[in-house]
Amino acid sequence: MSTVRTASRSSSRAHPRRSRQRSLGPGDRLFLTVVVGIPLLALLVFVWLPALASIGLSFTSWDGLTLSDIHWIGLDNYHQIFTNYPPFWPAVRHNVFWLLFTALLPTPFGVFLAYQLDRKIRFTRIYQTAIFMPMVLSLAVVGFIWEIIYNPDTGLLDGVISAVSSGHHIDWLGNPDLNLWAVLIASGWRHTGYIMILYLAGLKGFDPALKEAAALDGANGRQTFLRVVLPAMKPVNIIILVVTVMESLRAFDIVYVLGGGTGSKPGMELLSLLISDNIIGESSHIGYGSALAVILLLVSLAAIGTFLVQTFRKEDQ
Amino acid sequence: MTATATPPASRSRTPLAPAAAAPGGPRRQTGRHLMLGGIALLWLVPLLWAVYTSLRPYSDTTRHGYLSWPRSISLQNFSDAWSQSGMPHFFWNSVLITVPAVLGTLLFAAAVAFFVSRFDFRWNVALLMLFTAGNLIPAQVLITPLYRLYLLLPLPAWMSDSLLVYNSLWGIVFIHIAYQCGFCTFVLSNYMKTIPKEISEAALVDGAPVWRQFLQIVLPLCRPAFAALATLESIWIYNDFFWSLVLIQTGDKRPITSALANLQGQYFTNPNLIAAGALMTAIPTLLVYFALQRQFISGLTIGSGKG
Repeated sequence: MSTVRTASRSSSRAHPRRSRQRSLGPGDRLFLTVVVGIPLLALLVFVWLPALASIGLSFTSWDGLTLSDIHWIGLDNYHQIFTNYPPFWPAVRHNVFWLLFTALLPTPFGVFLAYQLDRKIRFTRIYQTAIFMPMVLSLAVVGFIWEIIYNPDTGLLDGVISAVSSGHHIDWLGNPDLNLWAVLIASGWRHTGYIMILYLAGLKGFDPALKEAAALDGANGRQTFLRVVLPAMKPVNIIILVVTVMESLRAFDIVYVLGGGTGSKPGMELLSLLISDNIIGESSHIGYGSALAVILLLVSLAAIGTFLVQTFRKEDQ
Repeated sequence: MTATATPPASRSRTPLAPAAAAPGGPRRQTGRHLMLGGIALLWLVPLLWAVYTSLRPYSDTTRHGYLSWPRSISLQNFSDAWSQSGMPHFFWNSVLITVPAVLGTLLFAAAVAFFVSRFDFRWNVALLMLFTAGNLIPAQVLITPLYRLYLLLPLPAWMSDSLLVYNSLWGIVFIHIAYQCGFCTFVLSNYMKTIPKEISEAALVDGAPVWRQFLQIVLPLCRPAFAALATLESIWIYNDFFWSLVLIQTGDKRPITSALANLQGQYFTNPNLIAAGALMTAIPTLLVYFALQRQFISGLTIGSGKG
């Protein structure tokens, strides 16, 4: 709320500073206040207020029924989560694993594909379209598509396996040792195309003369990429890093759908799913869920901060 | 990133590119095509498998297994899925959410971007950061208080039969607008910065009020950015299912993407029908993607900072 006021107040305070800007009439000022005030209000009420409220609720105990039942319990939720909540550490482990997997396989692979496609070769459009296509599908749809691949009775994967070597059926999504891998394959399927397109855009802005110079100096393809292209692409590299981290932390939908839409399953616990486990459903532990949300928020802040610094550093100058 | 943030600059560089394309030997090109073609095909396998499954009658696949040659191919599953499960209704819900949400997001974002990029107010960078960061907060962090808030906020009866923002399509539209606004503001403000200040200053000297500069000068010049963002946002908003999963209680108010999970148990009783239903849900996004691929990708890359 207060930010709305500061924003409009600052607008009237700030404009005399500027000599080139002709003074704005009262009508202009009203117009600007209204068109910025309404979106700002929407942002504050629907995004920032809930985010702050989550932080507040994380220090309370609440069953989610009546507002008067909220009790301040300090750091108890956090203490409980760290010491006495069995799915928490597996979830953290899975999130870290998710991040490592995505950062080590689909992301470099997407960069590799972008580098391969960023030349004048035929059919490059077709290749790009095919590899990027999973990214335009809803995760609900992606979930169903992989469901009919992983299904132990009717799925493609077990069909192929049993055609080659008759025998046991593997329950890809049910087996707690396998299901995270299965989901990661499906997620990597989407992520690769995303990174590829982002990197391709970056490469479009890369000065081809540098690459030519490297080639003239006798550098081979790999050397050119590692020593010339990659260092010159630092801003894009940071963006891709941030995207990878954010996507790994936020991973929810695809796990939710492939887990059968009932919350976290053994072997596939993730922070985002633990949050919804605690706040949706009959026994809602709002404080608990909020504390988990705050932990997720704190971890994401590293990525958000990196992104903001990278983006706005130039603008401050 | 700023290089990609200014479409005119990157476009002007394209004419140089053909000269730069060093022709590799024909053998190397064949190898590269084999590799890329193989990868592209591999990437299409899950989708093609869904298409294949959806085209076969259930009786055929139960008798011969899913991994078998087709005895007959038809669109029967699609028409069954369409008519038995009430899919048209859910599609309509998706339209009712997506269209106002995209328009609202673009309008709000344009206004904020205009303010931030065309005037030198002191809090501009902070304001832009507030919007951009809002889009990066994980949705799960917002959902509990948002759910409570929606239960408290009233709406008039003509907008919501629950008389609340909760369980109404409007609620979904609101959160989409507020949440997506950050990304669009970021992209549009980058774009508006590339429009020369002199253009609007000339208008200012002529005594045109600010709202006319906004509507008649800046907005028309941003048409390419709007096209890109509209494509991108309609796909994202159409595809989303988390908000409506939590914020809508009644099944028949849900958009198609979140209704899909419910339909699975009730109507889509076999994988063939599920495949048909899932593919039909994907058709609108695929059509938009094929038709407007250029806009889609440029939207993604103008603001390649989408987190």
